[in-house]
Amino acid sequence: MWWLKPAHEPITQRVLGVLAASTTAVLALHLLFPEGHALHISTYTLGLLGKYLAYALLAVAVDLVWGYLGILSLGHGAFFALGGYAMGMYLMRQIGDRGAYGHPELPDFMVFLNWQELPWFWHGFDQFGFALLMVLLAPGLLALVFGWLAFRSRVTGVYLSIITQALTFALMLAFFRNEMGFGGNNGLTDFKDMLGFDLREDSTRAGLFTITAITLGLGFWLCRALMLSKLGRVCVACRDAESRVRFLGYRVERFQLFIFVVSAMLAGVAGALYVPQVGIINPSEFAPIFSIEIVVWVALGGRATLYGAIIGALLVNYAKTFFTGLIPDAWLFILGGLFVAVTLALPQGVAGLMKHWRWPRTPDTTTQEARA
Amino acid sequence: MSLISQLRDREHVFDFLAPDVSPVDVHHGVILYMEDVSVSFDGFRAINNLNLAIDDGELRCIIGPNGAGKTTMMDIITGKTRPDTGKVWFGTRHDLLRYDEPAIARLGIGRKFQKPTVFEALSVFENLELAMAADKRVWPTLRARLTGEETDRIAEVLTLIGLTSHRHDPAGILSHGQKQWLEIGMLLMQRPRLLLVDEPVAGMTEPEMERTAELLTSLAGEHSVVVVEHDMGFVRSIARTVTVLHQGSVLAEGSMDEVSANPKVIEVYLGEDAC
Ligand SMILES: Nc1ncnc2c1ncn2[C@@H]1O[C@H](COP(=O)(O)OP(=O)(O)OP(=O)(O)O)[C@@H](O)[C@H]1O
Ligand SMILES: [Mg+2]
Repeated sequence: MWWLKPAHEPITQRVLGVLAASTTAVLALHLLFPEGHALHISTYTLGLLGKYLAYALLAVAVDLVWGYLGILSLGHGAFFALGGYAMGMYLMRQIGDRGAYGHPELPDFMVFLNWQELPWFWHGFDQFGFALLMVLLAPGLLALVFGWLAFRSRVTGVYLSIITQALTFALMLAFFRNEMGFGGNNGLTDFKDMLGFDLREDSTRAGLFTITAITLGLGFWLCRALMLSKLGRVCVACRDAESRVRFLGYRVERFQLFIFVVSAMLAGVAGALYVPQVGIINPSEFAPIFSIEIVVWVALGGRATLYGAIIGALLVNYAKTFFTGLIPDAWLFILGGLFVAVTLALPQGVAGLMKHWRWPRTPDTTTQEARA
Repeated sequence: MSLISQLRDREHVFDFLAPDVSPVDVHHGVILYMEDVSVSFDGFRAINNLNLAIDDGELRCIIGPNGAGKTTMMDIITGKTRPDTGKVWFGTRHDLLRYDEPAIARLGIGRKFQKPTVFEALSVFENLELAMAADKRVWPTLRARLTGEETDRIAEVLTLIGLTSHRHDPAGILSHGQKQWLEIGMLLMQRPRLLLVDEPVAGMTEPEMERTAELLTSLAGEHSVVVVEHDMGFVRSIARTVTVLHQGSVLAEGSMDEVSANPKVIEVYLGEDAC
């Protein structure tokens, strides 16, 4: 089976091993040591780490399309945000009558806008299962329609990057509008609980962190499995010589569309994991600059490895937290500087460095002729 | 040679194809038919009322000076370039102008490019694997597993193109001549009905040219082969019928001796670059 292949692959084993070990260690430090102890990991830090892991999943999704298919999407923030909004809508509905206005059904911002009833697209979001479905479907459908139009007309390269930026920018403007019914400027916030678990509770935070780590592992596995299959090799071929692939009888645009949709859905899942841990989703996630930042994580970590994307997302976001605490206004300059420095010094990112130094040479695309 | 006999096994050429593809109909004996084809690029007529018919099983050489339109002709047949006017038929059933590149490839037309284009990041083995005749839709590709038979076929082609020892190397590190061979190998893996081979021996040594000549002649018969080549010695060694292209149309057609005696041909082509 194609989806079992990563089990035999050293890279997957190692990445998942490291992920499992560090997740367990963080949880242990959080649970075993009392607050105030030097080794204790606070709930705040746990939430921060959970947020980084959600970003890491987002970075994996971007690496899938950029690293392996050569499609530089500068709009993946949109898919992330859509997944986040779907989860946010569920969390809003869970507030019930505990909002500031105490309305039994309408979220606070709707009461504030004098709306009388729930807009049609808010129906169903009181069901967790439905919300999860939307976490996948909303970004997936957008990617399907957008990708179908773009790839069918063979829009690639810089043009595609630009229209993905336009896409996320347009969505940002739309979500800023109060009439859209997504809380406008302020977005969705003041969440109370999820599946009956209080979001302010320590144990809920620890649970969310763990689920995020597990989902990241599963997402990594899925992408790895896709790329270890023959389909993955077709993707790499499309990246390097798109028109040549057509002359072999492959419909390049369908492969691009498939991977683009899978990637968008993964980004949506990342957004859905991010929102309950951060406690808010607002249109700033649609900001074009955020989508560019994601690409910088992947570039720094190293393209076309998937684990590089994880490393990049964790490192850059840790650095961001660190530096914005230190010198709040300088972050974008630091990010830009880092990007330039890494592109010049380490064209293959941190992953390239690791491959070079320590890791045994394991080709990214493994022939399975030995197992045939 | 068992590979050659396998390639000749016409019964199995089409069973891998998607169901929407019906086999080519050649009961009139013609596999490729081009009539009054013209194409212009910014007012420049690269192909000008071109008429060409290739018989089923034929080995045809096409020669002509630089810029004569040989590569453009292949672009038209394979769907890369749309002609402004004219007809292009594959057998009597398929109007090639109605299909795009992947569909034409699935119909059974394989192409080797003038500038060898292989997938540099993939290994030699993987290049052949991707080219291999198979169901090329997304989902079957995801689930594809090499069967023993397929691995054997790849191994045989690897031997034939002399790249067995490079099978795990990225194709990007191969020499120009080796890339030529790899492209020929990819063409063989596709098991096409019609092979369009653009300048196969550029960058090859004399013995390699001989092997290529042998391979192409052995393919003809059960396959139809169209070879574009500048190397006159090579053309002479394989040619049965030669078509001379000049300024986008056919200048002369016949045996090598006939065309090289043709005064028009001598004037535009052979005269300056004697054989
Ligand atoms: N896409 C294109 N746009 C503009 N001009 C083109 C294009 N393709 C081909 N041409 C022109 O058409 C003419 C024929 O080119 P073509 O490549 O078919 O020649 P050729 O016979 O293959 O030559 P060579 O022996 O050098 O390979 C050339 O003058 C070329 O510049
Ligand atoms: Mg040419």
